[in-house]
Amino acid sequence: MSIDARIVDDLVANGIEFVTTVPCKQLAGVIEEVDRRDGIFHIPSNKEDEGMGLCAGAWMGGKRPAIIMQNTAIGVTINTLATLIQYYRMPLPMLISYRGELREPVACQVEMAVHTKALLAQLNIPTYHFHRQSDVEELDMILKYTFMCSKPVAILTDANFWGGYGDQ
Amino acid sequence: MIRSEILREIAPILRDQLVVCNIGIPSQELHAIDDQPSNFYMLGTMGLASSIGLGLALAQPKTVIVIDGDGSVLTNLGTLPTIGNNAPGNYILMIIDNGSYGSTGDQPTYTGKKTDLAGMARAAGCDNVVVVQDVDTGPALQKAIAGGRATVLVVKCDSGNAKMPVITMDPVIIRDRFMKAVRA
Repeated sequence: MSIDARIVDDLVANGIEFVTTVPCKQLAGVIEEVDRRDGIFHIPSNKEDEGMGLCAGAWMGGKRPAIIMQNTAIGVTINTLATLIQYYRMPLPMLISYRGELREPVACQVEMAVHTKALLAQLNIPTYHFHRQSDVEELDMILKYTFMCSKPVAILTDANFWGGYGDQ
Repeated sequence: MIRSEILREIAPILRDQLVVCNIGIPSQELHAIDDQPSNFYMLGTMGLASSIGLGLALAQPKTVIVIDGDGSVLTNLGTLPTIGNNAPGNYILMIIDNGSYGSTGDQPTYTGKKTDLAGMARAAGCDNVVVVQDVDTGPALQKAIAGGRATVLVVKCDSGNAKMPVITMDPVIIRDRFMKAVRA
């Protein structure tokens, strides 16, 4: 089974029916897979804070949401995470492409990569880092944990996890 | 009319609906005029009322009315294409367009100058955009509720705020009672 199908199977198995995405090259396969599934309503966002608003609404409407985005978006969603998702205590799994890590070819991506974990830690957001493909085995538990504690939870997936940026 | 006068007039219409209300003075005014469990008050996060309302409308069948502002929509303009391409028939985005950032001291927004929010919504793919003057808000809103079509309702009104207390209700309580109203 492809890693993309495996990830989306876990989303579906955890009752996630509403997924918003902002693309990243590393996430192209998983976004395609989300789009293919009948059990998931896929709504692309133009910006990640907008996407978190959609997820907040979907959650209050009775659907389990998830957002798929790049780590650069942490820079534009801190206010939304603090004053909407955390303040109103809502669960939000964030599947995040961790650009700027090992096997990254674009130097500028490193500039946000070096802040990513520090910002998530500052926000007290539980954070998991998938570096090898076998790390995906924890995804199901992470999703259960997210809905158990009603918090935003970050799953950082680096280029090595995806098989290398541009050389997959 | 100013926003609070409009809210007072449409309160009987809003009372039976799910309402997502914009941050700041709009939420304070709605809360003071007619607090309901079916009102979701935004206490922070400028700009996202329309997005929260859209997610809610997509997730369940009841009508959702978003009370937004021109400044807030300008903050989150990416919302208009998302609405234009996805909004279901139970979604009503009511933009109280007073041409100013009311909660921060009535500084002018660009909609009071050359920018036309209704035109931007249409260009973004919103098929049913209605522009009304403040005094016509009630009938226009009732028509939108009865119509069952996704609607962007731009209400042109005067700039100004009523003096209302800050909302001190705990956000988790606001959210919890709202979710119960959604399920009821």
